[in-house]
Amino acid sequence: MTATVSSTLTIQVLLFGSYAEALGRDTLELRLPGSATIQDAVARLRSLPGGDRIPDRPLCALNLSQAPVDSLLSADDELAILPPLAGG
Amino acid sequence: MFLKSTPLEIGTLITQVESPARGAVASFLGTVRNHQDGRNVLRLEYSAYAPMAEVECARIVAEAEDRWDCAVALVHRIGTLEVGDTAVAIAAASAHREEAFAACRYVIEEIKRRVPIWKREFFGDGMVEWVGSGEAGKRLGAEEPRQRGHEVRQQLIARSDRGDL
Repeated sequence: MTATVSSTLTIQVLLFGSYAEALGRDTLELRLPGSATIQDAVARLRSLPGGDRIPDRPLCALNLSQAPVDSLLSADDELAILPPLAGG
Repeated sequence: MFLKSTPLEIGTLITQVESPARGAVASFLGTVRNHQDGRNVLRLEYSAYAPMAEVECARIVAEAEDRWDCAVALVHRIGTLEVGDTAVAIAAASAHREEAFAACRYVIEEIKRRVPIWKREFFGDGMVEWVGSGEAGKRLGAEEPRQRGHEVRQQLIARSDRGDL
C-alpha cells in the first residue's frame, strides 16, 4: 500500500489590528498546496483586497509561537499574522 | 490569567510576591499618557491575541523568576483605557534589590518585544492610529467598517467559489 499524500491543506488564519482592518475581517480559512510555507500563505493574503497593507515578511505566529516565514504548514494549523507589537 | 479587562491594582500583585525571605519588592506601572509626539491623546484601546499573549506572558515570568531567583506577578489590561489608567502592572520580589529591579525591567522590555498586544491611540483632533503601524491615521467615523467588511467578505466568497482560496 502506498501512503496517500494530501495535495492541499487547509489552515486557519487570524488577523489583528491594522491588518484585520485592512482586510475587513479577523479570521479566514486558506486552502494551500500541501508543501506550503507561511510565506505562501502571506503571499495569498497579500493578493486579497486590502492585503497590500500586510508586509512581505510580517511577524507571524504558528500555533501560538512566533515562527519564521519559511516554516512549513500542516493541515489545521492556526497561523496568526501579527502587526507591529505595541504592548505595555 | 495575565490579561484583564478591569482596572489593575498593584497592591494585589505585591501581595502575591512578597514573603518573609524576600527583602526587596520592585514594581512597575505603565500608564496611559496624555500626549504622543506633541499631540494630545484622549484614550487608548488595547487588543490582544489572547491565547498567545497568555502563553508568552507565562514564559516571560518564568524566565525572570528562573534568572534572578525572585517571584514575579504581572497583569496587562485590555480594552479602552483613559488617560492615567494603568495598562500594565508588574511586581517582583527577591532577597535583595538588584534582582527585583532587574526582573521588573526584564519583564516590561520582553512584553514590548514579544507579547501580541496592540493599541489604537485616540487623539484630541479626532484622529485614530494603530501604534507602530507606520500608517497615517484615520478620522474617527470617516469609515464604515461594517460595510467595508461586508464588501471584502463578498469578494472572498467569490474567490473561494472559484477555488482561489
